[in-house]
Amino acid sequence: MAQIITDSNGVKRYLITIFVNGDSHTLLVKGNAILTNVLRDDLNLTGTKKGCELGDCGSCTVLLDGKPVDSCMVLAVEADGREITTIEGVAANGRLDEIQQSMLNHAAVQCGYCTPGMVLSAKALLTRNPHPSEREVREAIAGNLCRCTGYVHIVEAVLAASRGEITPADHEEGEPQ
Amino acid sequence: MNMPDFEYHAPETLMEACALMAELGKNAAVLAGGTDVLHKMKLGKLAPAHILSLKRLNSLRDIRHESGRGIVIGALVRHNEIYNSPLLQERFLSLPMAAHTMASNQICNLGTLGGNIVNGVPSADLPPILIALNSSIRLVSARGERSMALEDFFCGAAQTRIIPEEILADITIPEQFTTGSTYIKFGLRRSGALAVAGVAVSVEVEKNILRAARIVLASAAPTVMRARDAENFLCGKKISDELLAQAGAMAAAESRPRDSIRGSVEYRRNLVEVLTKRALRKAIDKGHV
Repeated sequence: MAQIITDSNGVKRYLITIFVNGDSHTLLVKGNAILTNVLRDDLNLTGTKKGCELGDCGSCTVLLDGKPVDSCMVLAVEADGREITTIEGVAANGRLDEIQQSMLNHAAVQCGYCTPGMVLSAKALLTRNPHPSEREVREAIAGNLCRCTGYVHIVEAVLAASRGEITPADHEEGEPQ
Repeated sequence: MNMPDFEYHAPETLMEACALMAELGKNAAVLAGGTDVLHKMKLGKLAPAHILSLKRLNSLRDIRHESGRGIVIGALVRHNEIYNSPLLQERFLSLPMAAHTMASNQICNLGTLGGNIVNGVPSADLPPILIALNSSIRLVSARGERSMALEDFFCGAAQTRIIPEEILADITIPEQFTTGSTYIKFGLRRSGALAVAGVAVSVEVEKNILRAARIVLASAAPTVMRARDAENFLCGKKISDELLAQAGAMAAAESRPRDSIRGSVEYRRNLVEVLTKRALRKAIDKGHV
């Protein structure tokens, strides 16, 4: 059980340690703190978006021990001791992940609000299943709603990434400034 | 979105959890996957003074075969763990397939079998197939434990026979003679939708004769219900398309659906008729799928 600290008003807080994108963070959170809010407000990882906050839209998707979950449906205290990957942890050394690059190449981003969640769902899929069928891609991102309805390009982008169809030139062009 | 305050507990053992529940009773909500409890709390439908998290009770996380007893599934097993279980895929693929239709990947990585049962809603996707497979549940409390058939657990919309101090520990699918089973769900979308209606069946077929059948309806009555008239009618009969169509009509007649935003009474009855017929045919022809 996480260490409990009670303040002078009797409010209890829990000392938790979470491993986010490879970094260990020890934080003091209230029991009712939602993981999405802790990531965004305490760790400044605002790539994790808040949409419905009821586990329907998938914009708050993070990987919890490698598996996609809606972080709005997880208490921070429940994540104590666990590994979390947010969208900020996907690109490495200033280089976009293949899925991110492929989404740029395929113009699979419109307003961009669903994109972090989409990338993480796709990432989890390709880690588990490097050569998915179109149906498997669609199933994997079924919990990520795109209100711009740009699913066709997103599915194409994930399939292209799974086939390694990302040219080095594309990488250069898409590198963050 | 506002989350009410509560005191959080994460006991280390089932006995410790039971002792806490005996003390807190109605003032506590049990937290497993959180997809239902946190949802209700955010919407202001639930504001428990205490949350009792089961996250450290690793003894409730496995799926195992016990000879003479059957397959025992811990209440904390998540939907995706059911979907990916080699043991369940081999023995009763119908259950992994039902778990797969439940919700999005993100929810299936959080939500638990126990939560889907204790929740008690008639649209839950796992109870129908579990009842079709004659499953039983084990409830534990500081005073001891009791087992009951899963079909006896539900007593009204979102009402079950669990008492506040009890915790659902596991679910057992007994050894059986069934030759096939399946669950067909009809939702308004293919993903992330609640069942407008669903039908689970299990059958015992011997040389083109239906020795026994169980038909369980989801979202077709205030609780998950068995279509006993249709079951009794089928018992001992020679299989034919006409027979299965008649069973579908009987199941529709005994269903007690309600009008809701997802479907009218007439629509749901019609679904029950069609899905019953299809589910029976699928289980007869293809086994546990």
